[in-house]
Amino acid sequence: MIARDIATLLPELILAGYAMAALLWGVFAGRFRAAPVLIWMTALVFAGLAAWIGFSPEGTRTAFGGAFTDDAFARFSKVVILGASALTLLISRDFLEREKILKFEFPLLAAFAVLGMMIMVSASDLMVLYMGLELQSLSLYVLAAFHRNDLRSTEAGIKYFVLGALSSGLLLFGASLTYGYSGTTLFSGIAEAAGGSTPFGLLYGLVFILVGLAFKISAAPFHMWVPDVYEGAPTPVTAFFSTAPKIAAIGLFARLLIEAFAVASADWQLILAILAVSSMFLGAIAAIGQRNIKRLMAYSSIAHMGFALMGLAAGTPDGIRAMLVYMVIYVVMNLGTFAFILAMRRDGWAVTDIDALSMYSRQAPARALALLVLMFSLAGIVPMVGFFAKFYVFLAAVESGLILLAIAGGIASVIGAFYYLRIVYYMYFGEPTDPLDNRMPATGFGVMLASAAIMVIGAINLFNLVEFADVAASALFS
Amino acid sequence: MNHLLSIMLFTPLSAALITILFLRGQDEMAQLNVKMLAITATVATFLISVFVFLEFDPSSAEFQLVEDERWLFGLRYKLGIDGISILFIMLTTMLMPVTVLACWNVTHRVKEYMAAFLVLETFMIGVFCSLDLVLFYLFFEAGLIPMFLIIGVWGGRDRIYATFKFFLYTLLGSILMLIAMIGLWTISGTSDVTALLGFVVPSSEIVIAGFGIPGGLQTIMWIAFFASFAVKLPMWPVHTWLPDAHVQAPTGGSVILAAILLKMGGYGFIRFSLPMFPVASEILAPFVMWLSVIAIIYTSLVAMMQEDMKKLIAYSSVAHMGFVTLGIFAANRQGIDGAIFQMLSHGFISAALFLCVGVIYDRMHTRGIDDYGGLVVRMPVYALIFMIFTLANVGLPGTSGFVGEFLTLAGVFQYSTWIAAFAATGVILSAAYALWLFRRVVFGDLVKESLAGISDMGGREKLVFLPLVVMVLLLGIYPSLVTDVIGASVQQLVEQVAESRMQAGAVVVDG
Repeated sequence: MIARDIATLLPELILAGYAMAALLWGVFAGRFRAAPVLIWMTALVFAGLAAWIGFSPEGTRTAFGGAFTDDAFARFSKVVILGASALTLLISRDFLEREKILKFEFPLLAAFAVLGMMIMVSASDLMVLYMGLELQSLSLYVLAAFHRNDLRSTEAGIKYFVLGALSSGLLLFGASLTYGYSGTTLFSGIAEAAGGSTPFGLLYGLVFILVGLAFKISAAPFHMWVPDVYEGAPTPVTAFFSTAPKIAAIGLFARLLIEAFAVASADWQLILAILAVSSMFLGAIAAIGQRNIKRLMAYSSIAHMGFALMGLAAGTPDGIRAMLVYMVIYVVMNLGTFAFILAMRRDGWAVTDIDALSMYSRQAPARALALLVLMFSLAGIVPMVGFFAKFYVFLAAVESGLILLAIAGGIASVIGAFYYLRIVYYMYFGEPTDPLDNRMPATGFGVMLASAAIMVIGAINLFNLVEFADVAASALFS
Repeated sequence: MNHLLSIMLFTPLSAALITILFLRGQDEMAQLNVKMLAITATVATFLISVFVFLEFDPSSAEFQLVEDERWLFGLRYKLGIDGISILFIMLTTMLMPVTVLACWNVTHRVKEYMAAFLVLETFMIGVFCSLDLVLFYLFFEAGLIPMFLIIGVWGGRDRIYATFKFFLYTLLGSILMLIAMIGLWTISGTSDVTALLGFVVPSSEIVIAGFGIPGGLQTIMWIAFFASFAVKLPMWPVHTWLPDAHVQAPTGGSVILAAILLKMGGYGFIRFSLPMFPVASEILAPFVMWLSVIAIIYTSLVAMMQEDMKKLIAYSSVAHMGFVTLGIFAANRQGIDGAIFQMLSHGFISAALFLCVGVIYDRMHTRGIDDYGGLVVRMPVYALIFMIFTLANVGLPGTSGFVGEFLTLAGVFQYSTWIAAFAATGVILSAAYALWLFRRVVFGDLVKESLAGISDMGGREKLVFLPLVVMVLLLGIYPSLVTDVIGASVQQLVEQVAESRMQAGAVVVDG
């Protein structure tokens, strides 16, 4: 029995073992010498695990009495999380080196965070859920404050920690209410207890859990920490924040709602719809005034989470599918964009003002074109892949009768298009200013070009992403 | 399987890719290479479209040269043409080489300029031959990106404002249409346009919050589609982006915008709104008609007061598009024939008028009407060509403009005498502003010193206008060229609309 449990958990165990061993080695080898090696090693381990999980046999396996599930949904999310994290590490290296914070803890904290995320998407028990979430969060708090001599980075870390702890508290409170009214922490048990007439206390528990999770995925109105943390944290950390943890959190969200609270769907659908609408509009409107590209991307991520939540609010297999497709496309777009932001420097100093991009198209036509594609894609303009992400979400929403939500999403995406277009405007129509440095590391350039190319070529068949997501989403409902 | 349409569709796009990826350098030679490639590609596309035209059988109302492949999850890559779309494709492919030739003296970032136009051509052809809702939407909206750049990079002084307004205005309309398309797909289970043409959208009355909506779901979806097409066409009162965009766009951009992009709205009305929501179209026809009448009269008056030549032509475009919507929603044979004819004819005329402005703008760098006068003294050829198109714009018999307006008014007359009477005043007003413009720019004494050295059109410029003059006169003298091709398809459309209206009426009576 225990052997089978461990076999199910093997990828996580290997990652944990690797991270601890590497930590020891790093301490002995010296923090600056080990770092470049460890970045590559960790990225390789991520990639290897992603391949292993991606090609592992189909079907659903559970461990520890159903507390940990390894199904198509979990595998899909894990592959995306691992892939995104590996790429984030690769594009971060150059930035960390130039800011002189290339310490070996960076890849390892990322590894621990990824471990937490893998547990999150597999969790089918409130205890496991919390364990994964906290492992992830604690690693991320430290990462946010990683540039510890920089005032803003430490401020970001503290802010993130305080608000993160608050949201964890709310989540725990909700979890204990849920446990009190259902008598179990297993999702399947909660679903049974919620059947028939749902106990009122259980709904209270659900609401608190929802609020806690909304903090984690930065949905409005629980988004206050996002812009400050995104701006203050070192850019590689911002890139990391805006990709893998979002998938983990929303994957967790989906599994919890579908597996444990499916019967109460009428109750949470409205809450999610409100979260979705407010996130989309807040993200779209608040970003208009931003001059700092990191803050802008923070609001952009809030808006994008709103769209993903729209898929979740539909609550159908098609909705979950749309949500997964959305998240994957969002992550690819964001990686490409951050690969560029990481290389934005003037006279060797990192800049984050968007006016620094003035007439960038003349200086570096290839990069400007790639960024143009990414911006149009983030705005969801056809024929870029970003459009199809929105398309499937709208489809799911309309199918489940959430037509007003879909219309609101459409209007928000038009408002949102404005600030993405403004970046294009700076690059192509602006007044020439002091040029940015021309240097861009090969990995970053490669990731950016690949991401932009995917955004264009993907219009042919989306690389069968929808089919994969379909399998993953239906696993949640079986 | 016949892939003629795909080949036509992707020829410009591949030329654009070659331009972006392989052509390097900024010197004159490199620029010439770019231009030569662009002109070769657009002429090649035109020749392919001629080939398509020869393959096309105008006696059948069916979709022809259909290509049907699996595309994304649940969507199909389906192309095909019928009598209505083939001529719009021909219009597009014919005007593209003209536009490229007209932009020959652009020197600022030529590579990107030509690439943008080539990409735009693919999207425009795609709009007219796609037979899948989402594929149509993709091409319909994707045209915004190159146009956004064309206005923004190569435009005039206030280009930023104009291009943002153009983009966001059009996008908002399109998004509503997208959601209606998704709704249509959800209830019918197919995104195939040919199947949807036979699908009956429920038209029983729905009550929302105490308000009964006659026509029910059809009306709601009709409004969403209307939001998109009315902005694109554009109709009064959502036309305000057009004068800004036209004034700021470079000549080539104005030509494409007026000649083809606007026609997408009219094409959308004919392809989607009318046949898919026949009952709603009937209920809302008076609304559209009155908007169109207001557009015709109001924008003609506004046009008369303009100081800027491009703005005047832009307002005149809105007025002429008013005739198009009148014809379409009259929903009879003459009306729709007239609307299509009007769109094609306006495609040539407005393109030519913007090119006429371009010719003197290139020389004097001003578009103000008051900055000119007496051009006939120095530019006799120009005066002749400008006169032909001015008269065509007015709708003089013998030019294509006359046929379009005449057929449309004949169609509208059957629908409502009053509306036809009001719309007919637009013809008079158009004569007023167009002839006045012509008089102020071309006639009179050449008193302005700055104009003393102005030169007449060169060989390239004459070549640009040649096909346009031929087409405008040819269509004016021999309109069957168009009506024979569209005849079968329009006839089927009209019959189908009438039939589904009768059925819906019968359902209401029974219920």
